[in-house]
Amino acid sequence: MGDCTDKMDVIVVGAGLAGLSTAYFLADAGLDVLVVERGDFPGSKNVTGGRIYLNPVRDLFPDLWEQAPLERHVTRERLTMMARESATTVELQSERFNRQPYHSYTILRAKFDRWFADRVAEKGAFLIPKNKVDDLVFEGGRVAGIVADGDEIHADVVVAADGILSLMAEKAGLREKQQPRHFAVSMKEVIELPRQTIEDRFNLEGDQGLAQLFFGELTQGMMGGGFLYTNLESISLGLVVGVESLMERDPLQEVHPLMEAFKERPEIRVLLEGGEVVEYSAHVITEGGIHAMPKLFSDGMLVVGDAAGLGLNMLMTIRGMEYALASGAMAAQAIQRAKEKGDFSASTLAYYEELLKDSFVLKDMHTFRHALNILENPRLFNLYPQVVCDLFEKLMWIDSGPKEGLFSIVFGEVRSKLLSFSVLRDVLSFCKM
Amino acid sequence: MAIAMNVESKLGLDAFKLDEESHIHIKQGICKRDCKEKYCLFVCPAHLYSVNKESGDICVEFEGCLECGTCRIACRYGALEWEYPRGGFGVQFRFG
Repeated sequence: MGDCTDKMDVIVVGAGLAGLSTAYFLADAGLDVLVVERGDFPGSKNVTGGRIYLNPVRDLFPDLWEQAPLERHVTRERLTMMARESATTVELQSERFNRQPYHSYTILRAKFDRWFADRVAEKGAFLIPKNKVDDLVFEGGRVAGIVADGDEIHADVVVAADGILSLMAEKAGLREKQQPRHFAVSMKEVIELPRQTIEDRFNLEGDQGLAQLFFGELTQGMMGGGFLYTNLESISLGLVVGVESLMERDPLQEVHPLMEAFKERPEIRVLLEGGEVVEYSAHVITEGGIHAMPKLFSDGMLVVGDAAGLGLNMLMTIRGMEYALASGAMAAQAIQRAKEKGDFSASTLAYYEELLKDSFVLKDMHTFRHALNILENPRLFNLYPQVVCDLFEKLMWIDSGPKEGLFSIVFGEVRSKLLSFSVLRDVLSFCKM
Repeated sequence: MAIAMNVESKLGLDAFKLDEESHIHIKQGICKRDCKEKYCLFVCPAHLYSVNKESGDICVEFEGCLECGTCRIACRYGALEWEYPRGGFGVQFRFG
């Protein structure tokens, strides 16, 4: 890495949203910041579903969003319950979502992160791509720098922004081995379609977008679900399955055919017609919420974004990128304070966790602390979607004979399929969300 | 092109920069002694793991790794030494 052997104020490991956000604010405050990224360019190792919600982070970056290379602003929200041969979709189309400033956008990370990295460089941070951080440097028990490509580079603080697997947090002893129960694997395809086709097919005007989540038969009873996001000229389609669910499948079966089976569903097939798959990616995401978080700081080190386990499956919405950006901003704030005090010990850097606790980030993590318990309930993925679809189908179906009364249909379905202690328990647990 | 694809042709769409050495090292002794389930064969979204029929060794075609880390989490036996590929190598997403 040549000349960069002088001591830096801060080294950020990973140029994803959390790392870039940290560097953005630190460089802006005049600190010497080095961001080390193992990919060819920032964004080249990053994967999202995905969509980003702007309200939580709009004011953090007042100058950023206007020019940002985002995809479509989401105006239509669909939630689909999939049964074996049917699917029930609830759709929200809201003018509120169509009013500026827009609520959320679909996003492709290779594009966005690369652009964001340029803004960070403009602030004065050094970005070095194509370099992997192999190890941490410890001095007297505190983190004092990194080892990359055989070179040691020292810094007052190292920020671990190296994503969900965070090998840095592991090396620093900030977490135990990751548990299959706390994670899911997500497979995603980017499927190109002409802009006009997307707008016609999904009833979108101009840059309006659609976001759709699926749960039920597509994961064959396992924890997980599917997603579809419309980008400007492509669709992001994906399927997520809990790692432990996969490991408990009896008999064990490979995960990747689930994605093809999802694409072959009649509800999905028509949406992809004429499209061309241009990329296949996979990524691990956290499902463990607050229970899967590492320790967030130590002497000379902070952990941000996915590396800090800051992601949430809120069932109706999936969150993460806002937490990454906000945690980066708060890490920068804590580091500036430590710099003023000239003390980078854990007790000073603990201010980072205080900031997170006072913000939406850890408040959300706390509010949704029971999400994992609910998600681990197989009835959410087999029984309930099937019951909803069967009931709806019965209500709509006209047979050759006389039609049963509507109340009688509903009561019959509820009595035969939902009157049990386990369902009652589920209702009580859903109340915790 | 049809929209339905097998996983090998999907990987063919991605941009990979190939390193000569694998970033995944498998401790065959542990696999043979402790692991009955062979979770790695099932959880990899890129279908990279297989069992060599003659030696019984677990093999990984690391070149097609999407770097998701699922195998690293799923291997309960600590048989995988899994690092990220060297800087500038491995999958390079164009969309992400």
